[in-house]
Amino acid sequence: MEKKDIAKGYEAYTESFTPKPPYLKNCLWAFFVGGSLCMLAYFVQGLLMGGGMKEDDAQTLVTVGVIMIAQLLTALGPFDTFAKKAGAGLIVPISGFANSMVAPAMEYKKEGLVLGAGAKLFTVAGPVLVCGITASVIVGVIYWLTGM
Amino acid sequence: MDRTRLTTPRVLVIFVVAGVVLQGLQLYEPLVKLANQGATLPLPGFGYALAKGAMEGAEYGLLGVLKGPLKATSAGIAAAVSWGYVLAVFFSSKPPK
Amino acid sequence: MAEKKVGKQTVRFEKGTYVAGGAAVVGRKEGEGPLSASFDLLLKDDRYEEKTWEKAESKMLKEAMYLALKNADKKKQDVDLVLSGDLLNQIMSSSFMARDLQLPFLGLYGACSTMTESLLLGAMLTEGGFAKNVLIGASSHFCTAERQFRMPVEHGNQRPPSAQWTATAAGSMVLTEQRCPVRIDCGTIGKVIDAGIKDANRMGSAMAPAAVDTILNHFADTGRSFADYDLVLTGDLGYIGKAIAADLLVDAGMDPQLVKERYDDCGTMLYDRERQDVHGGGSGCGCSAAVFSAHILKRMEAGELSRVLLLSTGAMLSTISPLQGESIPGIAHGVVLEVC
Repeated sequence: MEKKDIAKGYEAYTESFTPKPPYLKNCLWAFFVGGSLCMLAYFVQGLLMGGGMKEDDAQTLVTVGVIMIAQLLTALGPFDTFAKKAGAGLIVPISGFANSMVAPAMEYKKEGLVLGAGAKLFTVAGPVLVCGITASVIVGVIYWLTGM
Repeated sequence: MDRTRLTTPRVLVIFVVAGVVLQGLQLYEPLVKLANQGATLPLPGFGYALAKGAMEGAEYGLLGVLKGPLKATSAGIAAAVSWGYVLAVFFSSKPPK
Repeated sequence: MAEKKVGKQTVRFEKGTYVAGGAAVVGRKEGEGPLSASFDLLLKDDRYEEKTWEKAESKMLKEAMYLALKNADKKKQDVDLVLSGDLLNQIMSSSFMARDLQLPFLGLYGACSTMTESLLLGAMLTEGGFAKNVLIGASSHFCTAERQFRMPVEHGNQRPPSAQWTATAAGSMVLTEQRCPVRIDCGTIGKVIDAGIKDANRMGSAMAPAAVDTILNHFADTGRSFADYDLVLTGDLGYIGKAIAADLLVDAGMDPQLVKERYDDCGTMLYDRERQDVHGGGSGCGCSAAVFSAHILKRMEAGELSRVLLLSTGAMLSTISPLQGESIPGIAHGVVLEVC
Protein backbone atom coordinates (compact mmCIF):
# COMPACT_ATOMS: atom_id res chain seq x y z
CA MET A 1 0.00 0.00 0.00
CA GLU A 2 1.27 3.48 -0.80
CA LYS A 3 2.49 5.50 2.16
CA LYS A 4 -0.10 8.20 1.53
CA ASP A 5 -2.92 5.67 1.62
CA ILE A 6 -1.70 4.25 4.91
CA ALA A 7 -1.55 7.75 6.33
CA LYS A 8 -5.07 8.59 5.14
CA GLY A 9 -6.35 5.30 6.47
CA TYR A 10 -4.74 5.84 9.87
CA GLU A 11 -6.01 9.39 10.09
CA ALA A 12 -9.55 8.24 9.35
CA TYR A 13 -9.14 5.53 12.00
CA THR A 14 -8.03 8.02 14.66
CA GLU A 15 -11.02 10.25 13.89
CA SER A 16 -13.24 7.75 15.68
CA PHE A 17 -11.22 8.30 18.87
CA THR A 18 -10.96 12.07 18.59
CA PRO A 19 -13.74 14.12 20.19
CA LYS A 20 -15.11 16.85 17.97
CA PRO A 21 -15.18 20.45 19.10
CA PRO A 22 -18.73 21.57 19.98
CA TYR A 23 -19.37 23.19 16.56
CA LEU A 24 -22.84 24.47 17.26
CA LYS A 25 -21.99 25.84 20.68
CA ASN A 26 -18.87 27.52 19.32
CA CYS A 27 -20.79 29.03 16.39
CA LEU A 28 -23.54 30.35 18.63
CA TRP A 29 -21.05 31.90 21.04
CA ALA A 30 -19.07 33.44 18.18
CA PHE A 31 -22.24 34.82 16.63
CA PHE A 32 -23.52 36.20 19.91
CA VAL A 33 -20.27 37.81 21.02
CA GLY A 34 -19.26 39.08 17.59
CA GLY A 35 -22.68 40.52 16.95
CA SER A 36 -22.89 42.17 20.35
CA LEU A 37 -19.46 43.68 19.93
CA CYS A 38 -20.43 45.25 16.61
CA MET A 39 -23.74 46.49 18.00
CA LEU A 40 -21.97 48.10 20.93
CA ALA A 41 -19.51 49.73 18.53
CA TYR A 42 -22.39 51.08 16.46
CA PHE A 43 -24.07 52.46 19.56
CA VAL A 44 -20.91 54.29 20.65
CA GLN A 45 -20.44 55.61 17.12
CA GLY A 46 -23.96 56.99 17.24
CA LEU A 47 -23.19 58.76 20.52
CA LEU A 48 -20.07 60.34 19.03
CA MET A 49 -21.96 61.53 15.97
CA GLY A 50 -24.70 62.88 18.19
CA GLY A 51 -21.96 64.91 19.86
CA GLY A 52 -21.18 66.53 16.52
CA MET A 53 -18.50 64.28 15.02
CA LYS A 54 -18.41 63.43 11.32
CA GLU A 55 -19.43 59.85 10.42
CA ASP A 56 -16.00 58.95 9.02
CA ASP A 57 -14.16 60.18 12.08
CA ALA A 58 -16.60 58.57 14.48
CA GLN A 59 -16.26 55.23 12.71
CA THR A 60 -12.47 55.41 12.85
CA LEU A 61 -12.46 56.44 16.49
CA VAL A 62 -14.69 53.53 17.45
CA THR A 63 -12.42 51.09 15.59
CA VAL A 64 -9.40 52.54 17.36
CA GLY A 65 -11.25 52.24 20.65
CA VAL A 66 -12.00 48.56 20.11
CA ILE A 67 -8.36 47.93 19.20
CA MET A 68 -7.08 49.69 22.29
CA ILE A 69 -9.53 48.01 24.66
CA ALA A 70 -8.78 44.56 23.21
CA GLN A 71 -5.08 45.16 23.67
CA LEU A 72 -5.55 46.41 27.23
CA LEU A 73 -7.57 43.30 28.08
CA THR A 74 -4.84 41.15 26.57
CA ALA A 75 -2.22 42.89 28.69
CA LEU A 76 -4.28 42.62 31.87
CA GLY A 77 -5.02 38.97 31.25
CA PRO A 78 -8.70 38.25 30.65
CA PHE A 79 -8.75 38.46 26.84
CA ASP A 80 -7.59 34.90 26.26
CA THR A 81 -10.07 33.60 28.83
CA PHE A 82 -12.93 35.36 26.99
CA ALA A 83 -11.64 34.24 23.61
CA LYS A 84 -11.56 30.64 24.76
CA LYS A 85 -15.35 30.81 25.09
CA ALA A 86 -16.16 33.23 22.30
CA GLY A 87 -13.70 31.95 19.70
CA ALA A 88 -14.26 33.56 16.33
CA GLY A 89 -16.56 36.13 17.93
CA LEU A 90 -13.51 37.89 19.32
CA ILE A 91 -10.89 36.79 16.79
CA VAL A 92 -12.56 37.84 13.53
CA PRO A 93 -13.36 41.42 14.55
CA ILE A 94 -10.40 43.78 14.69
CA SER A 95 -10.05 42.80 18.37
CA GLY A 96 -8.42 39.54 17.22
CA PHE A 97 -5.90 41.44 15.15
CA ALA A 98 -5.20 43.71 18.11
CA ASN A 99 -4.74 40.80 20.52
CA SER A 100 -2.45 39.03 18.06
CA MET A 101 -0.10 42.02 18.16
CA VAL A 102 0.13 42.46 21.92
CA ALA A 103 0.29 38.78 22.89
CA PRO A 104 3.57 37.92 21.15
CA ALA A 105 5.08 41.32 22.01
CA MET A 106 4.45 40.72 25.73
CA GLU A 107 5.69 37.16 25.50
CA TYR A 108 8.96 37.90 23.76
CA LYS A 109 9.81 40.95 25.87
CA LYS A 110 12.34 38.71 27.61
CA GLU A 111 14.35 38.81 24.45
CA GLY A 112 14.65 42.56 24.65
CA LEU A 113 12.51 45.58 23.82
CA VAL A 114 13.83 45.96 20.29
CA LEU A 115 14.39 42.50 18.85
CA GLY A 116 12.02 40.80 21.24
CA ALA A 117 8.88 42.85 21.79
CA GLY A 118 9.47 45.17 18.86
CA ALA A 119 9.93 42.50 16.23
CA LYS A 120 7.35 40.07 17.56
CA LEU A 121 4.48 42.56 17.39
CA PHE A 122 4.07 41.42 13.81
CA THR A 123 4.37 37.63 14.05
CA VAL A 124 0.65 37.12 13.50
CA ALA A 125 -0.37 40.60 12.33
CA GLY A 126 2.41 40.79 9.73
CA PRO A 127 0.86 38.38 7.22
CA VAL A 128 -2.50 40.15 7.62
CA LEU A 129 -0.97 43.53 6.81
CA VAL A 130 1.27 42.20 4.04
CA CYS A 131 -1.49 40.35 2.23
CA GLY A 132 -4.08 43.04 2.84
CA ILE A 133 -1.89 45.85 1.57
CA THR A 134 -0.69 43.84 -1.43
CA ALA A 135 -4.21 42.88 -2.39
CA SER A 136 -5.51 46.43 -2.06
CA VAL A 137 -2.65 47.90 -4.08
CA ILE A 138 -3.39 45.38 -6.83
CA VAL A 139 -7.05 46.40 -6.75
CA GLY A 140 -6.04 50.06 -6.85
CA VAL A 141 -3.71 49.53 -9.81
CA ILE A 142 -6.46 47.72 -11.69
CA TYR A 143 -8.83 50.62 -11.07
CA TRP A 144 -6.21 53.14 -12.11
CA LEU A 145 -5.35 51.29 -15.32
CA THR A 146 -8.95 50.79 -16.31
CA GLY A 147 -9.59 54.44 -15.51
CA MET A 148 -12.77 53.75 -13.61
CA MET B 1 -11.25 27.26 12.58
CA ASP B 2 -12.95 24.23 14.09
CA ARG B 3 -13.54 22.39 10.84
CA THR B 4 -10.32 22.98 8.93
CA ARG B 5 -6.64 22.65 9.69
CA LEU B 6 -6.13 26.35 8.98
CA THR B 7 -4.39 28.23 11.75
CA THR B 8 -5.61 31.57 13.12
CA PRO B 9 -3.22 33.78 11.12
CA ARG B 10 -4.16 32.03 7.86
CA VAL B 11 -7.87 32.46 8.57
CA LEU B 12 -7.37 36.16 9.33
CA VAL B 13 -5.41 36.63 6.09
CA ILE B 14 -8.16 34.97 4.08
CA PHE B 15 -10.75 37.24 5.67
CA VAL B 16 -8.78 40.42 5.00
CA VAL B 17 -8.08 39.53 1.39
CA ALA B 18 -11.73 38.56 0.96
CA GLY B 19 -12.66 42.04 2.18
CA VAL B 20 -10.28 43.61 -0.31
CA VAL B 21 -11.58 41.54 -3.21
CA LEU B 22 -15.23 42.11 -2.36
CA GLN B 23 -14.70 45.85 -2.16
CA GLY B 24 -12.76 45.69 -5.42
CA LEU B 25 -15.86 44.20 -6.98
CA GLN B 26 -17.84 46.94 -5.22
CA LEU B 27 -19.81 44.34 -3.33
CA TYR B 28 -18.73 45.27 0.19
CA GLU B 29 -19.96 48.89 0.22
CA PRO B 30 -23.66 47.97 0.26
CA LEU B 31 -22.96 45.63 3.17
CA VAL B 32 -21.39 48.48 5.08
CA LYS B 33 -24.38 50.72 4.40
CA LEU B 34 -26.62 47.97 5.73
CA ALA B 35 -24.69 46.72 8.74
CA ASN B 36 -22.40 49.64 9.58
CA GLN B 37 -20.10 48.44 12.36
CA GLY B 38 -21.25 44.88 11.71
CA ALA B 39 -19.35 45.09 8.44
CA THR B 40 -16.47 47.42 9.31
CA LEU B 41 -15.41 46.00 12.66
CA PRO B 42 -14.63 42.43 11.52
CA LEU B 43 -11.43 41.82 9.61
CA PRO B 44 -12.99 41.88 6.12
CA GLY B 45 -13.88 45.44 7.13
CA PHE B 46 -10.17 46.17 7.43
CA GLY B 47 -9.69 44.80 3.91
CA TYR B 48 -12.59 46.94 2.75
CA ALA B 49 -10.94 50.05 4.17
CA LEU B 50 -7.64 49.17 2.50
CA ALA B 51 -9.31 48.58 -0.86
CA LYS B 52 -11.50 51.69 -0.63
CA GLY B 53 -8.38 53.76 0.04
CA ALA B 54 -6.67 52.25 -2.98
CA MET B 55 -9.67 52.76 -5.24
CA GLU B 56 -10.17 56.38 -4.23
CA GLY B 57 -6.45 56.94 -4.69
CA ALA B 58 -6.67 55.52 -8.22
CA GLU B 59 -8.27 58.78 -9.32
CA TYR B 60 -4.93 60.47 -8.68
CA GLY B 61 -2.85 57.94 -10.54
CA LEU B 62 -0.32 55.41 -9.33
CA LEU B 63 0.91 57.58 -6.49
CA GLY B 64 -2.66 57.81 -5.25
CA VAL B 65 -3.01 54.04 -5.37
CA LEU B 66 0.10 53.58 -3.28
CA LYS B 67 -0.83 56.26 -0.76
CA GLY B 68 -4.44 55.20 -0.46
CA PRO B 69 -4.64 51.96 1.56
CA LEU B 70 -2.38 52.94 4.43
CA LYS B 71 -3.80 56.45 4.55
CA ALA B 72 -7.28 55.04 5.04
CA THR B 73 -6.25 52.63 7.77
CA SER B 74 -3.55 54.78 9.31
CA ALA B 75 -5.38 55.53 12.55
CA GLY B 76 -6.10 51.88 13.26
CA ILE B 77 -2.59 50.69 12.49
CA ALA B 78 -0.92 53.52 14.40
CA ALA B 79 -3.09 52.87 17.43
CA ALA B 80 -2.56 49.12 17.34
CA VAL B 81 1.20 49.38 17.01
CA SER B 82 1.87 52.17 19.50
CA TRP B 83 -0.64 51.20 22.17
CA GLY B 84 0.22 47.54 21.72
CA TYR B 85 3.94 48.15 22.13
CA VAL B 86 3.50 50.38 25.18
CA LEU B 87 1.32 47.74 26.85
CA ALA B 88 3.80 45.01 26.01
CA VAL B 89 6.58 46.98 27.64
CA PHE B 90 4.69 47.34 30.90
CA PHE B 91 2.80 44.04 31.13
CA SER B 92 3.95 40.42 31.06
CA SER B 93 2.21 37.18 30.21
CA LYS B 94 0.87 35.00 32.99
CA PRO B 95 0.56 31.21 33.05
CA PRO B 96 -2.94 29.99 32.25
CA LYS B 97 -5.04 28.15 34.83
CA MET C 1 30.14 -9.79 19.73
CA ALA C 2 27.30 -7.74 21.24
CA GLU C 3 26.39 -10.31 23.89
CA LYS C 4 24.01 -7.98 25.71
CA LYS C 5 21.87 -7.44 22.63
CA VAL C 6 18.63 -9.38 22.62
CA GLY C 7 16.64 -9.73 19.43
CA LYS C 8 16.39 -6.72 17.13
CA GLN C 9 16.09 -3.70 19.40
CA THR C 10 16.54 -4.81 23.01
CA VAL C 11 19.50 -4.73 25.39
CA ARG C 12 19.74 -6.71 28.61
CA PHE C 13 21.48 -5.47 31.76
CA GLU C 14 23.08 -8.49 33.43
CA LYS C 15 25.94 -7.06 35.47
CA GLY C 16 23.57 -5.11 37.66
CA THR C 17 22.35 -1.57 37.18
CA TYR C 18 20.03 -0.10 39.79
CA VAL C 19 17.89 2.94 40.47
CA ALA C 20 19.09 4.40 43.74
CA GLY C 21 16.39 7.04 43.97
CA GLY C 22 14.26 9.55 42.11
CA ALA C 23 12.46 12.85 42.55
CA ALA C 24 10.03 15.15 40.76
CA VAL C 25 9.32 18.89 40.86
CA VAL C 26 5.99 19.98 39.41
CA GLY C 27 4.10 23.19 38.67
CA ARG C 28 0.84 24.49 40.06
CA LYS C 29 -1.62 22.65 37.86
CA GLU C 30 0.23 19.37 38.29
CA GLY C 31 0.42 19.90 42.04
CA GLU C 32 -3.38 20.13 42.07
CA GLY C 33 -3.74 16.81 40.26
CA PRO C 34 -4.36 13.27 41.55
CA LEU C 35 -0.68 12.33 41.94
CA SER C 36 0.35 15.40 43.93
CA ALA C 37 1.17 13.40 47.06
CA SER C 38 3.96 11.50 45.33
CA PHE C 39 5.85 14.54 44.03
CA ASP C 40 8.76 15.93 46.00
CA LEU C 41 8.21 19.63 45.37
CA LEU C 42 5.00 21.37 44.31
CA LEU C 43 5.44 24.90 42.98
CA LYS C 44 2.77 27.47 43.76
CA ASP C 45 3.97 29.68 40.93
CA ASP C 46 5.22 28.34 37.60
CA ARG C 47 7.62 31.29 37.42
CA TYR C 48 9.63 29.79 40.34
CA GLU C 49 10.91 33.27 41.25
CA GLU C 50 12.83 33.54 37.99
CA LYS C 51 12.74 36.27 35.32
CA THR C 52 11.91 33.98 32.39
CA TRP C 53 9.97 30.74 31.89
CA GLU C 54 13.12 29.09 30.54
CA LYS C 55 15.07 29.92 33.70
CA ALA C 56 12.21 28.52 35.77
CA GLU C 57 12.20 25.24 33.85
CA SER C 58 15.98 24.91 34.20
CA LYS C 59 15.70 25.55 37.93
CA MET C 60 13.00 22.88 38.24
CA LEU C 61 15.26 20.34 36.53
CA LYS C 62 18.20 21.26 38.74
CA GLU C 63 16.08 21.02 41.89
CA ALA C 64 14.68 17.64 40.81
CA MET C 65 18.23 16.39 40.40
CA TYR C 66 19.29 17.60 43.83
CA LEU C 67 16.24 16.00 45.40
CA ALA C 68 16.88 12.75 43.54
CA LEU C 69 20.41 12.69 44.94
CA LYS C 70 19.03 13.27 48.42
CA ASN C 71 16.49 10.46 48.03
CA ALA C 72 19.23 8.20 46.68
CA ASP C 73 21.42 9.04 49.66
CA LYS C 74 24.24 10.17 47.39
CA LYS C 75 26.27 13.35 47.10
CA LYS C 76 26.96 15.43 44.01
CA GLN C 77 30.61 14.37 44.15
CA ASP C 78 29.55 10.75 43.71
CA VAL C 79 28.04 11.48 40.29
CA ASP C 80 30.19 10.58 37.28
CA LEU C 81 27.88 11.80 34.55
CA VAL C 82 24.68 13.77 33.95
CA LEU C 83 22.32 12.88 31.08
CA SER C 84 19.28 15.02 30.45
CA GLY C 85 17.13 16.74 27.86
CA ASP C 86 14.04 18.88 27.31
CA LEU C 87 11.82 20.28 24.57
CA LEU C 88 13.50 23.63 24.10
CA ASN C 89 15.64 24.68 21.15
CA GLN C 90 19.24 23.68 21.77
CA ILE C 91 17.99 21.93 24.98
CA MET C 92 18.27 25.24 26.77
CA SER C 93 16.83 24.01 30.06
CA SER C 94 19.33 21.15 30.42
CA SER C 95 22.33 23.10 29.17
CA PHE C 96 21.92 25.84 31.73
CA MET C 97 21.18 23.34 34.49
CA ALA C 98 24.45 21.62 33.58
CA ARG C 99 26.24 24.94 33.72
CA ASP C 100 25.12 25.28 37.34
CA LEU C 101 25.78 21.66 38.27
CA GLN C 102 29.36 21.61 36.97
CA LEU C 103 29.45 17.86 36.31
CA PRO C 104 30.33 15.95 33.11
CA PHE C 105 27.26 16.35 30.95
CA LEU C 106 25.79 14.75 27.84
CA GLY C 107 22.71 16.51 26.50
CA LEU C 108 19.96 14.51 24.83
CA TYR C 109 17.08 15.33 22.57
CA GLY C 110 14.23 12.86 22.24
CA ALA C 111 11.34 15.25 22.60
CA CYS C 112 8.95 13.72 25.12
CA SER C 113 10.77 10.37 24.93
CA THR C 114 13.83 11.83 26.64
CA MET C 115 13.19 10.29 30.07
CA THR C 116 13.44 6.66 28.98
CA GLU C 117 16.12 7.60 26.46
CA SER C 118 18.25 8.93 29.33
CA LEU C 119 17.35 5.89 31.48
CA LEU C 120 18.48 3.56 28.69
CA LEU C 121 21.72 5.35 27.95
CA GLY C 122 22.50 5.90 31.63
CA ALA C 123 21.98 2.20 32.30
CA MET C 124 24.14 1.21 29.33
CA LEU C 125 26.98 3.43 30.52
CA THR C 126 26.79 2.05 34.06
CA GLU C 127 26.50 -1.53 32.83
CA GLY C 128 29.45 -1.02 30.51
CA GLY C 129 31.63 0.08 33.39
CA PHE C 130 31.90 3.65 32.17
CA ALA C 131 30.31 5.21 35.22
CA LYS C 132 29.53 4.25 38.81
CA ASN C 133 26.67 6.70 39.33
CA VAL C 134 24.71 8.47 36.63
CA LEU C 135 22.23 11.31 37.18
CA ILE C 136 19.46 11.43 34.58
CA GLY C 137 16.50 13.69 34.05
CA ALA C 138 14.09 15.51 31.77
CA SER C 139 11.93 18.61 32.04
CA SER C 140 9.15 20.50 30.30
CA HIS C 141 7.16 23.67 31.01
CA PHE C 142 3.82 24.72 29.61
CA CYS C 143 4.86 28.31 28.91
CA THR C 144 8.21 27.54 27.31
CA ALA C 145 6.64 24.93 25.06
CA GLU C 146 3.75 27.17 24.03
CA ARG C 147 5.93 30.13 23.14
CA GLN C 148 8.31 27.96 21.13
CA PHE C 149 5.92 25.60 19.37
CA ARG C 150 2.53 27.25 19.40
CA MET C 151 1.01 30.61 20.24
CA PRO C 152 2.06 33.20 22.81
CA VAL C 153 0.39 32.46 26.11
CA GLU C 154 -1.96 35.48 26.08
CA HIS C 155 -3.13 34.89 22.52
CA GLY C 156 -6.85 34.35 22.31
CA ASN C 157 -6.94 31.09 20.40
CA GLN C 158 -9.28 28.20 21.07
CA ARG C 159 -7.66 24.79 21.61
CA PRO C 160 -9.52 21.79 20.21
CA PRO C 161 -10.50 18.96 22.60
CA SER C 162 -7.68 16.76 21.27
CA ALA C 163 -4.94 19.26 22.09
CA GLN C 164 -2.71 18.15 24.95
CA TRP C 165 -1.36 20.18 27.85
CA THR C 166 2.41 20.37 28.13
CA ALA C 167 3.19 19.52 31.74
CA THR C 168 5.21 21.91 33.85
CA ALA C 169 7.33 19.26 35.51
CA ALA C 170 10.82 17.87 35.91
CA GLY C 171 11.87 14.37 36.95
CA SER C 172 15.22 12.87 37.79
CA MET C 173 16.69 9.50 38.84
CA VAL C 174 20.05 8.35 40.12
CA LEU C 175 21.38 5.18 38.46
CA THR C 176 24.11 3.20 40.17
CA GLU C 177 26.09 -0.03 40.04
CA GLN C 178 25.56 -0.55 43.77
CA ARG C 179 22.82 -2.92 44.74
CA CYS C 180 19.42 -1.28 45.41
CA PRO C 181 15.83 -2.54 45.69
CA VAL C 182 14.94 -1.49 42.14
CA ARG C 183 17.02 -2.70 39.20
CA ILE C 184 16.97 -2.03 35.50
CA ASP C 185 16.33 -5.29 33.72
CA CYS C 186 16.42 -4.46 30.02
CA GLY C 187 15.51 -1.79 27.53
CA THR C 188 14.19 -1.54 24.00
CA ILE C 189 15.38 1.23 21.72
CA GLY C 190 12.58 2.55 19.56
CA LYS C 191 12.44 3.39 15.87
CA VAL C 192 10.94 6.56 14.48
CA ILE C 193 7.45 5.69 13.25
CA ASP C 194 5.45 8.14 11.14
CA ALA C 195 1.78 7.38 10.67
CA GLY C 196 1.10 10.51 8.66
CA ILE C 197 -0.71 12.70 11.18
CA LYS C 198 0.01 16.36 10.36
CA ASP C 199 -2.04 18.10 13.03
CA ALA C 200 -0.03 19.13 16.09
CA ASN C 201 -3.30 19.25 18.00
CA ARG C 202 -3.55 15.46 17.64
CA MET C 203 -0.24 14.46 19.16
CA GLY C 204 -1.61 11.35 20.85
CA SER C 205 -2.80 9.96 17.53
CA ALA C 206 0.57 10.76 15.99
CA MET C 207 2.64 8.98 18.66
CA ALA C 208 0.52 5.92 19.40
CA PRO C 209 1.91 3.80 16.53
CA ALA C 210 5.49 4.36 17.73
CA ALA C 211 4.59 3.24 21.25
CA VAL C 212 2.82 0.14 19.98
CA ASP C 213 5.73 -0.67 17.67
CA THR C 214 8.22 -0.56 20.54
CA ILE C 215 5.97 -2.58 22.86
CA LEU C 216 5.44 -5.31 20.28
CA ASN C 217 9.13 -5.44 19.38
CA HIS C 218 10.01 -5.60 23.07
CA PHE C 219 7.72 -8.57 23.57
CA ALA C 220 9.08 -10.25 20.44
CA ASP C 221 12.72 -9.71 21.49
CA THR C 222 12.26 -10.85 25.09
CA GLY C 223 9.63 -13.49 24.56
CA ARG C 224 7.43 -11.78 27.16
CA SER C 225 3.88 -10.49 27.12
CA PHE C 226 1.53 -8.32 29.16
CA ALA C 227 1.26 -11.18 31.68
CA ASP C 228 4.90 -10.63 32.68
CA TYR C 229 4.36 -7.04 33.74
CA ASP C 230 2.35 -5.41 36.51
CA LEU C 231 2.15 -2.25 34.46
CA VAL C 232 2.99 -1.11 30.95
CA LEU C 233 3.07 2.66 31.04
CA THR C 234 3.41 5.06 28.12
CA GLY C 235 4.57 8.63 28.64
CA ASP C 236 2.17 11.07 27.07
CA LEU C 237 -0.24 9.62 24.58
CA GLY C 238 -3.12 11.29 26.41
CA TYR C 239 -6.70 10.07 26.53
CA ILE C 240 -7.05 9.72 22.77
CA GLY C 241 -3.62 8.23 22.15
CA LYS C 242 -4.06 5.76 24.99
CA ALA C 243 -7.36 4.53 23.55
CA ILE C 244 -5.79 4.17 20.12
CA ALA C 245 -2.74 2.34 21.49
CA ALA C 246 -4.93 -0.04 23.49
CA ASP C 247 -6.99 -0.75 20.39
CA LEU C 248 -3.88 -1.32 18.24
CA LEU C 249 -2.39 -3.64 20.87
CA VAL C 250 -5.52 -5.78 21.04
CA ASP C 251 -5.59 -5.78 17.24
CA ALA C 252 -2.04 -7.13 17.28
CA GLY C 253 -3.11 -10.07 19.36
CA MET C 254 -2.64 -8.91 22.94
CA ASP C 255 -5.09 -10.13 25.57
CA PRO C 256 -7.77 -7.41 25.83
CA GLN C 257 -8.37 -8.05 29.50
CA LEU C 258 -4.68 -7.68 30.35
CA VAL C 259 -4.38 -4.58 28.18
CA LYS C 260 -7.31 -3.07 30.04
CA GLU C 261 -5.89 -3.90 33.48
CA ARG C 262 -2.20 -3.32 32.98
CA TYR C 263 -1.80 -0.61 30.35
CA ASP C 264 -1.88 3.03 31.32
CA ASP C 265 -0.51 6.40 30.23
CA CYS C 266 1.10 9.16 32.33
CA GLY C 267 -0.71 11.83 30.33
CA THR C 268 -4.02 10.48 31.61
CA MET C 269 -2.77 10.06 35.17
CA LEU C 270 -1.25 13.46 35.80
CA TYR C 271 -4.44 15.50 35.76
CA ASP C 272 -8.00 15.11 36.95
CA ARG C 273 -10.03 15.14 33.75
CA GLU C 274 -13.21 16.38 35.42
CA ARG C 275 -11.75 19.14 37.56
CA GLN C 276 -8.87 20.35 35.45
CA ASP C 277 -9.21 21.70 31.95
CA VAL C 278 -6.57 19.77 30.02
CA HIS C 279 -8.46 18.67 26.91
CA GLY C 280 -6.46 15.74 25.51
CA GLY C 281 -4.36 15.08 28.62
CA GLY C 282 -0.80 15.78 29.68
CA SER C 283 2.28 15.79 27.49
CA GLY C 284 5.91 16.90 27.58
CA CYS C 285 9.18 15.35 28.77
CA GLY C 286 8.31 16.27 32.32
CA CYS C 287 5.06 14.33 32.23
CA SER C 288 6.65 10.88 32.09
CA ALA C 289 9.78 12.05 33.92
CA ALA C 290 7.82 13.18 36.97
CA VAL C 291 5.44 10.21 37.05
CA PHE C 292 8.22 7.62 36.59
CA SER C 293 10.70 9.26 38.98
CA ALA C 294 8.29 9.84 41.82
CA HIS C 295 4.99 8.00 41.64
CA ILE C 296 6.10 4.74 39.98
CA LEU C 297 9.39 4.49 41.83
CA LYS C 298 7.64 4.99 45.17
CA ARG C 299 5.09 2.31 44.35
CA MET C 300 7.86 -0.11 43.44
CA GLU C 301 9.82 0.66 46.58
CA ALA C 302 6.63 0.05 48.57
CA GLY C 303 6.22 -3.33 46.92
CA GLU C 304 3.00 -2.47 45.05
CA LEU C 305 4.58 -3.05 41.65
CA SER C 306 7.28 -5.63 40.99
CA ARG C 307 7.99 -5.35 37.28
CA VAL C 308 7.03 -2.48 34.97
CA LEU C 309 7.69 -1.52 31.36
CA LEU C 310 8.05 2.24 31.03
CA LEU C 311 7.89 3.95 27.65
CA SER C 312 8.36 7.66 27.20
CA THR C 313 6.81 8.71 23.89
CA GLY C 314 8.10 11.59 21.78
CA ALA C 315 6.86 13.55 18.78
CA MET C 316 9.82 14.35 16.57
CA LEU C 317 8.52 17.47 14.89
CA SER C 318 10.43 20.75 14.77
CA THR C 319 9.14 24.33 14.90
CA ILE C 320 9.24 24.50 11.10
CA SER C 321 8.46 20.96 9.92
CA PRO C 322 4.65 21.38 10.07
CA LEU C 323 4.94 24.65 8.12
CA GLN C 324 6.83 22.74 5.44
CA GLY C 325 3.97 20.28 5.19
CA GLU C 326 5.64 17.43 7.06
CA SER C 327 3.71 14.98 9.19
CA ILE C 328 4.60 14.24 12.81
CA PRO C 329 6.84 11.21 13.40
CA GLY C 330 6.90 9.55 16.80
CA ILE C 331 9.33 7.46 18.82
CA ALA C 332 9.13 5.48 22.04
CA HIS C 333 11.90 3.92 24.10
CA GLY C 334 11.09 1.20 26.61
CA VAL C 335 12.85 0.41 29.89
CA VAL C 336 11.99 -2.41 32.29
CA LEU C 337 12.32 -1.74 36.01
CA GLU C 338 12.15 -4.66 38.40
CA VAL C 339 12.15 -5.11 42.15
CA CYS C 340 14.91 -7.51 43.08
